This record gives sequence, C-alpha cells and structure tokens, in this order.
Amino acid sequence: MTEASTTAHTVQDVITALKDKPGALLPILHGIQDALGYIPCDSVPVIAKALNLSRAEVHGVISFYHYFRDTPPGKHTIHVCRAESCQAMGSSELEIHVKNKLGIDYHETTSDGQFSLEPVYCLGNCACSPAIQIDKDFYGRVSNTCFDEIISELEASV
Amino acid sequence: MSITIYVPCDSSAVSLGADRVAKAIAQQAEQRGLAINLVRNGSRGMYWLETMVEVATDAGRIAYGPVQTSDVGSLFDADFINGGNHPLALGLTEELHYLKKQQRLTFARVGITNPICFDDYLAHDGYRGLTNALNMSQADIVKAVTDSGLRGRGGAAFPTGIKWNTVMNTPSEQKYIVCNADEGDSGTFSDRMVMESDPFVLIEGMTIAGIAVGATQGYIYLRVEYPHAHKALNAAIEKANAAGYLGDNIQGSGKAFHLEVRLGAGAYVCGEETSLMESLEGKRGLVRFKPPLPAIKGLFGQPTVVNNVISLASVPIILDKGGDFYRDFGMGRSRGTLPLQLAGNLKHTGLVELAFGLTLRELLYDFGGGSATGKPIKAVQVGGPLGAYLPESQFDTPLDYEAFAAIWAVLGHGGVVAFDETVDMAVMAKYSMEFCAIESCGKCTPCRIGSTRGYELMDDIMQGRELDKNIPLLRSLCDTLLNGSLCALGGMTPYPVLSALNHFPEDFGIGQTNSTETNAA
Repeated sequence: MTEASTTAHTVQDVITALKDKPGALLPILHGIQDALGYIPCDSVPVIAKALNLSRAEVHGVISFYHYFRDTPPGKHTIHVCRAESCQAMGSSELEIHVKNKLGIDYHETTSDGQFSLEPVYCLGNCACSPAIQIDKDFYGRVSNTCFDEIISELEASV
Repeated sequence: MSITIYVPCDSSAVSLGADRVAKAIAQQAEQRGLAINLVRNGSRGMYWLETMVEVATDAGRIAYGPVQTSDVGSLFDADFINGGNHPLALGLTEELHYLKKQQRLTFARVGITNPICFDDYLAHDGYRGLTNALNMSQADIVKAVTDSGLRGRGGAAFPTGIKWNTVMNTPSEQKYIVCNADEGDSGTFSDRMVMESDPFVLIEGMTIAGIAVGATQGYIYLRVEYPHAHKALNAAIEKANAAGYLGDNIQGSGKAFHLEVRLGAGAYVCGEETSLMESLEGKRGLVRFKPPLPAIKGLFGQPTVVNNVISLASVPIILDKGGDFYRDFGMGRSRGTLPLQLAGNLKHTGLVELAFGLTLRELLYDFGGGSATGKPIKAVQVGGPLGAYLPESQFDTPLDYEAFAAIWAVLGHGGVVAFDETVDMAVMAKYSMEFCAIESCGKCTPCRIGSTRGYELMDDIMQGRELDKNIPLLRSLCDTLLNGSLCALGGMTPYPVLSALNHFPEDFGIGQTNSTETNAA
C-alpha cells in the first residue's frame, strides 16, 4: 500500500471506531493525531462527512486547539513550560537556551526533522520548575546543562 | 518475608527520576538475592524530597530522600530495607513536620496506597461514602453536601450543594456529571495528584453525585497535558466497573452510573465550564452566555453538574463522616480543608492540605521554607494566572475566600507561586496580557482585542514611552476587561496586571501609587 492510502485507512479506522460517541469530534481528532502524529488536511472532508458537519466546522475545531497540528511533527516534540511557576525558577533563560541550541523558534521543526518545539502553559509539574516534556517523558528542575544532556542522549539514540 | 518498598509513580516524581530509581532498586535487590515487594505509590507531595523512597517497618514507614539512582547501592549497603541509617534517611514518614502539621481529608490516601489497586482503596476506607449514599434519599445526599459547606474548589467557590440541588430538582430523562479536570492554572497540581495518586476517590465522588442528582453518565474532561492521570483514571474506571462500583447496577442498588474520560486539547479557556461543555460536545471551546445555567441546560442541553476534581474528591469523606465533620474545619464561610499547592521559587514545594484560616506567611515560611534561591520573596501569585500578585505587606492575610476577596485577590484553586526579588513585575504583567491573548476564545471583544492591546501597551510602558498617558490607559483598558468580558479569562486578567502595577509601581517606572485606589481600575 502507498503511504497515502495507509494514512487514509488509519483515518477511516479511527472514524469508524469513534463516530457514534456523543461529541465524537475531539476523540476522533485525538485518535488520528495519536496514530499519525498530526491531522492531515485531506482527512478534514472525510471527518466532516462522517459527522455530518461542514469542512469549515472541522477545520475550525482543529485550529482552535493548540494541541492539534496539521503538519507532521519532528521525530521528538519538546514542550517547554512558559507559565508563571517555571518563570519564577528561570524558565525564560532556559527558553532562550533551548531555542539557541535547536536553532528554531516555537512551532518550528529542525531542518533535520529531529525536533519540534512547542510552548506549553503548565505541565502541572510546578513543584519541580522549570519543567519540560519531551515526547511522553516529563523532566523537572531542568537546567541548561541538563537539557543539553537529554538532547545528546536522544541524538545518540537515533 | 518480603519487604515492601514504595517508590512513587507520580509524574512529578517521575520527572525527577523515580522510574529509574525503582528500576535500580529492583535490580539491586535481585543481585543481592533479596525478596522485595516494590509498590509504586502516589506522591506524599513533598517534592523537594522526591524521589522519596519508603520502606515498611514494624514502627511504620521510613522515608529516604531525595534518592538518585546513584544512591541505591549505598542504601542497600546501609540495610535501608530494614530501616538502616543512611545520610538520606528522613525517619518515619508520618512524623515529618511538613506532613504531620497537615489536615489531610481529601488527600487522606494520597501517597499511601497503590493508586490503581482496588483492594488497597477499599482497605483504606474507600467506598464508605458511596455505601452510605446508596442507603440515603437523593435529597439527604444533597443535604449532607450542603451542610458540609463545601464550595467549588476549582476557583469560583460556588456552594456545591446548591448546584446539586438545582440539578436534582430539574426534571430530565438524561442528566450529566462533568468533572472539570482541565487544571490549566500555573502553580496548581492538586487535581493532577488526586487523579494520579487516588483516582478511585474521584470516581466515588462522581458516582455519589450521579446518584444524588439522578445522572447516569459522567465525563471527566481531562487536559491532554496529564497523560499519567489519563492512564491512572482509565485503569481505575476499568477496575471499578469490574467490581460493580460503576455500571448499570451499582452494588445491587439498581442505580446506574457510567463514566468516561475525555481529553482536552491544550486550550486553557476550556477550564471555563461552558467552554468545557462546548468542547465535550465536539466544538470549538467558545464560552456560552449564562443563563441558562449549566445546572438547567448544560451538556447536550441537559441538566449538568460541573464540578472541579477536588470538589468531587471531597464528597466521599463528607458522605462517610457527615457534613458536620467536614464543616467543623475552616473559618468563616470557608469550610473544610483546601489542598494548597506550593510552587515556583520556594525551598519546600509541594502539597499542603489544611483547614482554611492559616496565613499566607505561615504557609510560605513554615511550610515552604522561604525562597529556593535564598533571596527575599518579593511577590506571590495566588490562585493561578488570573490571580493577584501579593506583596510582602499582604502576607498576613488568612487563607479564606472572603479575606482574599477583601484585598482584591483570589484564593482560587489554592495554587501559590512565589517569586524572589529578581522578578520584574512589569514583565509578569505583560505576560498576563500575552497569556490572555493566546488563550482567549475570541467570543467577546474586551478579551479578544483588549488582551492584545494590553500586551502592546505594556511594551510601550516597559520602554518608558509616555507613562503619564499610558498608565491611565492601561487602567482604563483593565476596567473594560474587568467589566465587559464574558468569562473569567478576560474578566480576571486585570487581577495580576493591576496588582502588579499597584503594589510594584517602581517596576513600571513610576512612583508609589496611592494604595487606596488600588482596587479600582
């Protein structure tokens, strides 16, 4: 199967499994993003048809929520907490360091496709500020050095 | 006999290496041929000691912390599995001052049990509240909650019993219980802790709510940033279903209650109850006009109880020990306990559950131990990103909803974020406007446009441009946000902004303002 048809199948499977839930749109979008890492633009009309919504409505929901993305993320997604508690423990400096280290700004992906960078407004790890999340892993009391070590480990594991 | 060792599975503990410590302990035990029973408990909420490892002894649990993987070998060498002495030994966990001085009602089991072990929950007084509720009339359950004086712990502090009463008395074939688990406020993590460390107590609270108001379906609207809580809740729901504590016939009572977790998608505004319901319905999280109240026309147009995690998790103990028991804690109209969260620049960050009434200063210094950096604490933001910044002169305010309201501040969800003297309060005010602009749902103009204008204005102020014109303009803009916004996002962004301006005018490049005008925009 081609990559495009695999993607289409995945989307269809998620829709079939979830479309009869009350308020099915968010569960479907999560299901697609969990499976593919993003919500492909050409899945919008398929979702719209299944839920009897307009494409504009589906697009509107995807674009409303910060978490949903319509482009593929890098191999690793790094979320840096920008909220107050982390700021009180120096996250602004960490933020600058992370951007310099990766050479990208928020909502961007490194040119080698390794890392995407996103801001997050609280990971609930406020007792261990500053906090970041990389993929599914949480890190607390993150210093610049500590961040560099994590990145080196990830790069080495390629 | 195998020895029980506890290593927290709480996500904050894990963020400091708890999983690696657990693995190292298991490996060392195997290498040394020692039989151990490794339990992944929740966190006790003393995060400066995480990863805190506990060992069960005849005298009680003995704690060691903060443990790194590199300490594990020496812990075994010191015979820690029999309570042996070690530089990281902290003594009996229950005797640690931070814990001993607390009044843990809602958090009674947190850190003690294995969060997703059903038998552990039952063995620690779990489901006693529901058992009582099943033998009571709906009105009596609601009355117990009303009598307890419990007010919404999400921040708005609306009396829970009154909300339940409205839903109970609104006839409908379908009603809903919605748990607001979209804990987006910076500096707050008590919801996360309950869901990760004692998910059954939330499930029990929601089941009692369902029986009380006649709702058969519950949803937990959980923020996507909490994957550990998601996993714990789903595991606990499965076990509660299997044990007949959820489903079509709860404990043979003939009463039904079903529960499902739904994930948010990173929108702060979805913590606002009407926006949350829009999101649950699969829409953009736009705030609804009120009335109609959600209690009358809520989720899918049906009568709906929307309560915060801590409110619902406090219900089981109220139904177990009675409304009077809970009401006897607290002061004034703030009854019971509040799980406070110490965050930001504090030495001893963590969870402190206490009856209302302690002063902020006692909390910051007796529990928090002062700043982590050792510099004086300059400002404290209480109640999340929409809460006011308090200067040192207000630290003697008692932790009480009305006392905070009287100084134009909010207690909110009980989050406390401390900043040392290096903080620039103009930067924080600008950030508040930026946050509001990023998170605004866009429905009402004051919030949508006002936040962006506020951000630009703060830029001008920080550059020192036309302060005699721009400071009054900032106040006027805040007045519009405060009085013209549809919900608390726009309506309360002026709290951090104006409190920063009023208490720390020097950071805005102006002299002392008259403190009597502080409360008005």
